[in-house]
Amino acid sequence: MRPALQSAALTAVAGLLGLVFGFGLLLSHMVDPARVAAFLDVTGNWNPSLAFVMGTAVIVAAPAFAFARGHRRSLLGVTFELPNRFNITRRLVVGAAIFGVGWGLSGICPGPGIVLAGSLNIGGLVFLAAVIVGSLLTSLDPGNQ
Amino acid sequence: MMVPLDFVTIRDAALGGVLIGGAAVGLLLVDGHIAGVSGILGDAVRFRRGWWRWTFLSGLLASSFAAPFVGIAPVVPTHQLGLLGLGVAGLLVGVGTTLGSGCTSGHGVCGLANLSPRSLVATVTFVIVAAATVFLVRHMPIWGLW
Repeated sequence: MRPALQSAALTAVAGLLGLVFGFGLLLSHMVDPARVAAFLDVTGNWNPSLAFVMGTAVIVAAPAFAFARGHRRSLLGVTFELPNRFNITRRLVVGAAIFGVGWGLSGICPGPGIVLAGSLNIGGLVFLAAVIVGSLLTSLDPGNQ
Repeated sequence: MMVPLDFVTIRDAALGGVLIGGAAVGLLLVDGHIAGVSGILGDAVRFRRGWWRWTFLSGLLASSFAAPFVGIAPVVPTHQLGLLGLGVAGLLVGVGTTLGSGCTSGHGVCGLANLSPRSLVATVTFVIVAAATVFLVRHMPIWGLW
């Protein structure tokens, strides 16, 4: 496939999929911080519905990853570069814990944050701006990517 | 106490998950990329080469406006924090997802779908910590701090 056409297709498909991903977040109520908090509030009025979200998403995606592990390139010719599955480091765990605190406090994770910001919700805009700042600040330490 | 779930809630959760998983399938098999939002966002704001990140993020940004056209009702978010709190929490999410190389979509969906022990560790960690955070805030107010 001609490189320009390939590049255009990659770009367009990604845009469409971002839309679909957002639809999934909206339909599942992942964008409602109260629903996320209710899922995390295991000792309170626990709403487990978000478990169905992640569960079905993983089940749907698993065959595709199995395919990718066994093949070289995607449909549009991009070489698969799957992350290392076994590299468990202290940084990974510390990072996940810090993310967990932020997610637990706000009930918002990056994807829903972007959807909320896009809907021009003020809280979402503030949250997303802070996520970006936090991410860039982390890179100031040369030990981080 | 678990709140009783009705069919619509479960159905919409499962369908939402199918859409999320489906988008991840598409991004992987067609474009060869991982649908980890924190990674895509992080690389985009560092101006890593690739227009696809910007179009993907634009799709996310536009989704709430496009949703009614595909029959998805608007969701009114009920925030758990004021603007200052959201700023602090956002910083933590930005730092944590960068250090931890992923979030609920990167580790929780793509990593688990990829049978990655690394992502399992990350996912278990952030879910447990998040649940502990909610527990502390909601059920154990400390010294009048909150």
